[in-house]
Amino acid sequence: MIAHAETVPSGRNPLVKFILRWLLTTNHKEIGTLYLSLSFLLFFIGGAMALTFRAELAQPGLQLMGADFYNQMVTLHGLVMVFGAVMPAFVGLANWMIPLQIGASDMALPRLNNFSFWIMPFAFGLLLSSLFMPGGAPNFGWTFYAPLSTTYGPPSTDFMILGIHMMGISSILGAINIIVTIFNLRAPGMTLMKMPMFVWTWLITAFLLIMAMPVLAGVVTMMLTDRHFGTSFFEASGGGDPLIFQHVFWFFGHPEVYIMILPGFGIASEIIPVFARKRIFGYTSMVWATGSIAILSFVVWGHHMFATGMPLATELWFMYATMVIAIPTGVKVFNWVATMWGGSMTFETPMLFALGFVVMFTIGGLSGLMLAIAPVDFQYHDTFFVVAHIHYVLYPGAIFATMAAVYYWIPKWTGNMYDERLGKIHFWTAVIALNLTFFPMHFVGLAGMPRRIADYALPFTGLNTFATAGAFLLGLTQLLFLYIVIKTVRGGPKATDQVWEGAKGLEWTVPSPAPLHTFEVPPKVD
Amino acid sequence: MKDKYNPKIKQAAILGVVPIVMFGFAFGLVPLYEVFCELTGFGGGRFEQTVMVSDAPNVPIISEAIDREVNIQFLADVGRGLPWEFRPTETQIRVKVGEVSETTYYARNFSNHSVTGQAVPSVTPAYGAASLQKVECFCFTEQRLEAGEEIEMPVLFYVDADLPDDVGTLTLSYSMFPIQVDEMSHEMANMEHL
Ligand code: HEM
Ligand SMILES: [Cu+2]
Repeated sequence: MIAHAETVPSGRNPLVKFILRWLLTTNHKEIGTLYLSLSFLLFFIGGAMALTFRAELAQPGLQLMGADFYNQMVTLHGLVMVFGAVMPAFVGLANWMIPLQIGASDMALPRLNNFSFWIMPFAFGLLLSSLFMPGGAPNFGWTFYAPLSTTYGPPSTDFMILGIHMMGISSILGAINIIVTIFNLRAPGMTLMKMPMFVWTWLITAFLLIMAMPVLAGVVTMMLTDRHFGTSFFEASGGGDPLIFQHVFWFFGHPEVYIMILPGFGIASEIIPVFARKRIFGYTSMVWATGSIAILSFVVWGHHMFATGMPLATELWFMYATMVIAIPTGVKVFNWVATMWGGSMTFETPMLFALGFVVMFTIGGLSGLMLAIAPVDFQYHDTFFVVAHIHYVLYPGAIFATMAAVYYWIPKWTGNMYDERLGKIHFWTAVIALNLTFFPMHFVGLAGMPRRIADYALPFTGLNTFATAGAFLLGLTQLLFLYIVIKTVRGGPKATDQVWEGAKGLEWTVPSPAPLHTFEVPPKVD
Repeated sequence: MKDKYNPKIKQAAILGVVPIVMFGFAFGLVPLYEVFCELTGFGGGRFEQTVMVSDAPNVPIISEAIDREVNIQFLADVGRGLPWEFRPTETQIRVKVGEVSETTYYARNFSNHSVTGQAVPSVTPAYGAASLQKVECFCFTEQRLEAGEEIEMPVLFYVDADLPDDVGTLTLSYSMFPIQVDEMSHEMANMEHL
């Protein structure tokens, strides 16, 4: 993409040169590309795992695999998608776009940036290697509850723990880098309240990361010492309590779900105004809403634990606090709709994905509100209804937002326009396939089909077969996406510098494709 | 070089304190949780019972029997690594509030060596737990069973009149955990096998 290699001495074998260049690069654009590529790869690996267990669920009974392997697939799918696909994709976008959007020549700490990235392949190498170990891969769900993951976890659990430690370090360093970049390297005149929404949402996400990821590191450390060093954090016979695991995990876990969506909010807030040809409605309220969501996200973790027998007062607190989060979330949805109101809209692929995001993320928010009602959560908890909820907030949420961002910015990255016709086909097939896959899960969940179990009762057959068919179609549409991306990287109609008619902002003032070094002289913002 | 000092590095270092503090906070959640349990009775009211252990010898003054009955259910769990059978002899009884009742738990050591166990009680619902008062309980002491030995262990308890009105059933559950396997007899048992 970018033919430039200043860090590598000349006169070596081209393959060595190629490897060294990517291994040693400190350029934010190249590191962004690395993150996005890794995320894309892991997205396909995680997707293949999902298709594996969906194939098993096509019919009741066990046809293709045993329950244990099914559980391993479910566990790795969750871990790979959360930590390997969604998070690195957002970090990749941050690397590429934050310096371009604030008029900085690079990230503030470029070498740290390189280090943060290169931890990731090793972390996921460790995690995935557990598949080939005696006793199999971790098999207790992506939330790795104790004592399943401590007393009863397979030996490979230790590799998962180490992998999580490593990717946690990577995320924390990456987040620190992003915060320092935003605080120090903004172009003269770009005050905080003039920053693009994507930068704002990432700034807040970065603070969530440095506060939440260490708690995850803490909980896996406790697991490790419980497993091997005789502590009893989660072991009742030693005076511990397995419920403590859930409290510590979800203290991390709920902020984590916002880590996976706030940058998506930012992306939608970038794209919708451009294709509605209006300024974003309520910029200030957007910033405040994002900030309050982030703060509130630390006091609602108990909504994952309604069914653990908490005291009534605690149930009430977590129920109402959770519902309060729906208010700033609602403010955002309102602002997006108000931005479109009366605008002259066009529906290029990035806009389609952004609109899909708004509509279907809202469906996920509504099922979230249902789950937040403590007394009914006793029925919904640990059923496919929760699976439906998380996939509506994460697939058309986090994943669609990432895809919208890729379509939106890829002309700037490559200098080429993507194939608009194929992009639209990708969008519509993905929308149909994902609703085929995940909508039926609401129904089987309400009817009581538990999650994370390889077999199910006969009456659920029809809807499950349906969901499996949808899942395979959804997998296919992502191959189309891969094709579109490769095709765009390799050529296509030349993009202008501004690319989109309504696009404003510093990233559109640099040439397309963006040269390796931009804003060596800071631009002036007024 | 000294005056070319970099504010970005300093800021990164300051930010680096946050993850360190939060890492510590994760561990801090553990004692915080215990305090929380103590205050609310969450976790099955285990903490009230610790008080009872010390009170056990001086049988408490029993509140006057009132005309109210509740169900008491009994559960048992065996901790990992304890080669015992352990169960209540009756699963549910109906008792008068304020009256002392008795039930028993059955335990048998099916291993070929002596084993000591300690039962940890837990009462649900948590907000009624404090009203279930144990007068005498095998959980007050460790239980040592010789190889193959079986016993019935009594629990004497009463339900205090301050039991919240909407509680109709209290569940008393014991988890029996191994304390230590007697090394000597363990080895001797192994030798017998030779
Ligand atoms: C209006 C906003 C939301 C509300 C009220 C809400 C509420 C809830 C509740 C109550 C649960 C627990 C259900 C149970 O286990 O019984 C839950 C689970 C979950 N939510 Fe949300 N949620 C919201 C938004 C989100 C967003 C934005 C994301 C991620 C982008 C998300 C991701 C998840 C995940 C991953 C789980 C499942 C965790 C597991 O595997 O057990 N939620 N949500
Ligand atoms: Cu949550």
